[in-house]
Amino acid sequence: MNRYLSILATFARACLVRDMTFRANFLLECVTSLGWMSMNLAFYLLIFTFTSEIGKNTGWSKEPFFAFVATGLIINSIVQALFMPSAEELTEMVRTGGLDAVLVQPLDAQFMLSMHRVDFSSFANGLVGVGLLGWAVSRMDYQPSPVAWLLYPLLILCGVAILYSLIIMLAAATILLGRNQSLYDFWFYLTNFSRYPAEIYSGPWGGPIRMLCTFVIPILLVVNVPARVIAMPLSGEAWGLVAAALIAATASLLISRLVFQAALAKYRSASS
Amino acid sequence: MSLVSAADQAPPPAAVPPFAGLRIWFTMLAICLEERLVYRGDFIIGTLMRFLPIVTQVFLWTAVFNATSKADIAGYSRNDIVAYYLLTMVTRAFSSMPGLAGGIARSVRDGSVKKYLVQPVDYVGYLMAARIAHKLVYYLVAILPFAGVFYVCRSYFPPVPDAGTIAIYVLSLVLSFLLGFFMEATLGMLGFWFLEVSSIIFAYMLVQYLLSGHMFPIDMLADIPTGIAGVSAADVVRWLPFEYTAYFPAAVWLGKIQGATLARDLAIEAGWVVVMAVACRIAWWRGTRRYSAFGG
Repeated sequence: MNRYLSILATFARACLVRDMTFRANFLLECVTSLGWMSMNLAFYLLIFTFTSEIGKNTGWSKEPFFAFVATGLIINSIVQALFMPSAEELTEMVRTGGLDAVLVQPLDAQFMLSMHRVDFSSFANGLVGVGLLGWAVSRMDYQPSPVAWLLYPLLILCGVAILYSLIIMLAAATILLGRNQSLYDFWFYLTNFSRYPAEIYSGPWGGPIRMLCTFVIPILLVVNVPARVIAMPLSGEAWGLVAAALIAATASLLISRLVFQAALAKYRSASS
Repeated sequence: MSLVSAADQAPPPAAVPPFAGLRIWFTMLAICLEERLVYRGDFIIGTLMRFLPIVTQVFLWTAVFNATSKADIAGYSRNDIVAYYLLTMVTRAFSSMPGLAGGIARSVRDGSVKKYLVQPVDYVGYLMAARIAHKLVYYLVAILPFAGVFYVCRSYFPPVPDAGTIAIYVLSLVLSFLLGFFMEATLGMLGFWFLEVSSIIFAYMLVQYLLSGHMFPIDMLADIPTGIAGVSAADVVRWLPFEYTAYFPAAVWLGKIQGATLARDLAIEAGWVVVMAVACRIAWWRGTRRYSAFGG
C-alpha cells in the first residue's frame, strides 16, 4: 500500500512538473474549464429568474440547488483530474499495443492504467465548487449539522468511487473491443444524467429512468446523496440514501475490478 | 448569395475541359458518401446519442414548469420547449462546422495551404464545396435517427406551419449554414496572424454556446437588463450573429417570430452572412499577402 502511495506521489509530481513547464498552457486550460463552468452557472441563474424551485416541493430552491451544482463540480473535478486523462490514453494503448508494457511491470495493471496521469488544471473547477458551496450554504435557511459535514466528504468519495468504477468498466470495454473511440462521448452522455436532482425524473418516463440510474447504473447517487445531506435535513429517507451510496460505491468498485480483470485475461496483444 | 460570391471568385482554369470542376466535386461527394457509409451503424447510434442531453433538459424544464404552475415561460409552453430543443438540433446540423476553423489554421501553420496558392483553385470555394458534400452526406445518413426521434416526439410539436413559414424556415436554415461557414472560416484565417488560434476558437465557442440559443430560447433573455434603459439582453443578442446559428430557425418554425420582426431578423441574418463572407475574403487576401510558408 505504501509502495503504491509513493508511486502515485511520484506520478503526480512528474505531472505537476510537466504542467508547470508549460505554464501558459496550464493557465489556459484552467481558464477553459472555468469558462464552460461559468456558462452553465449563468444558465442556472437564468432558470431561477423564472422559478423559485426545481420541481414542486422538492426543496431544490436556488441556494440548495447551487450547493448541488457545487457538489457536482467538486466530484467531477476530482475524477477529471485523477482518472480521466489516464483513461483517455488507454484507448490508444490498446490499439498500439502499448498496454503490453504496462502488463509486464510488477505493479497492479488497473492502478497503472487509471492513475498514471494527473491533470492539475481540472482542480480549478473543484476550487470554485468549494467556494460556491460555502456561498450557497451560508445563504441557505437550513444549516447542515456537524454530522452532515462529517458525512459530506465521505459521500463525495463514494461519488468519486462510483464514477471511477464507471471509467474502469468503459476501459474494460475498450480492451475487449480493441477500439472504442466514443469512450469519452459515452462517459459524457451517461454522467449527463447525474447533473440534476433525481427528483426531476418523475412520471411515466422519468420513473423508470430514475430506477435505472439509481439501482442498475448508480449514476444518480453520485451527486444527489452528498448534495442532499448538505442541503436538506437528515431525515429517514436521507439515511437510506447514504446507505445506498455506500453500498453502491463498494459494489461498483468490486464489480468493475472483476470485469476489468476478466477483460485483461481476454486481452490478446495488438502488437507483434 | 454569398455562396455565389465565394464560388464565382474561383478563377476558372483555362486548360481544363468544361464541367471538370463539377466532376471533381461529384467524385469528392462520392468519396465522402462511401466513407460515411462504412461505419453507418456506429454513425446512426452516435447521432441518436446526441439527443440524450436533450432528455435531461426536458426533465429539468418539466420540473421548472411543475414548480411555477405557469402555463408558459417567455412564451414557451413545456411542449414548445421540447420542440424547441429538437429543432435547434436541426439548425445545429446546418450551422455547426466541426473542424473548419482548426483545419484552416492548421493548414496555415504546417504550410499545406500553399498548394491552394499555386493551384488555380480558390481556397474558400474549395472549402465550401467540401463542406457542402460533407453536410449532404451527413443529412443522408442522419435523416433516419432524426426522423425517428421527431416521429416519437411528434405530440410536442404545434401543427405544421403554413407553406410561407416553411419556406422562410428553409431559407433561414440555408443562411445559418452560410453564416456558420463564414464565421468559422474567418476565425481559421486568423491563423495567418496568430498561428495558434485554439484559444480564439475556444472563446468563440463559449460565446456561441450561451448566445446561440442551444441551451435555452433567446426569448428568455427578454427580461434580463443590460444597464441601458429599454434595452434587454435579448435585444442585444438579436443584433449579434450567434442566435442565427441555432435559435432563429427553430423560433421561426414554432411561430415565435412573425410579421415585421421576422422580416427584420431575416435581414439581420442575411446581413451577417454578407459581412462574414466579406470579412473572410479580406482575411484571405491580407493573410496570404503576409504569409510565408513553413514546412516542406
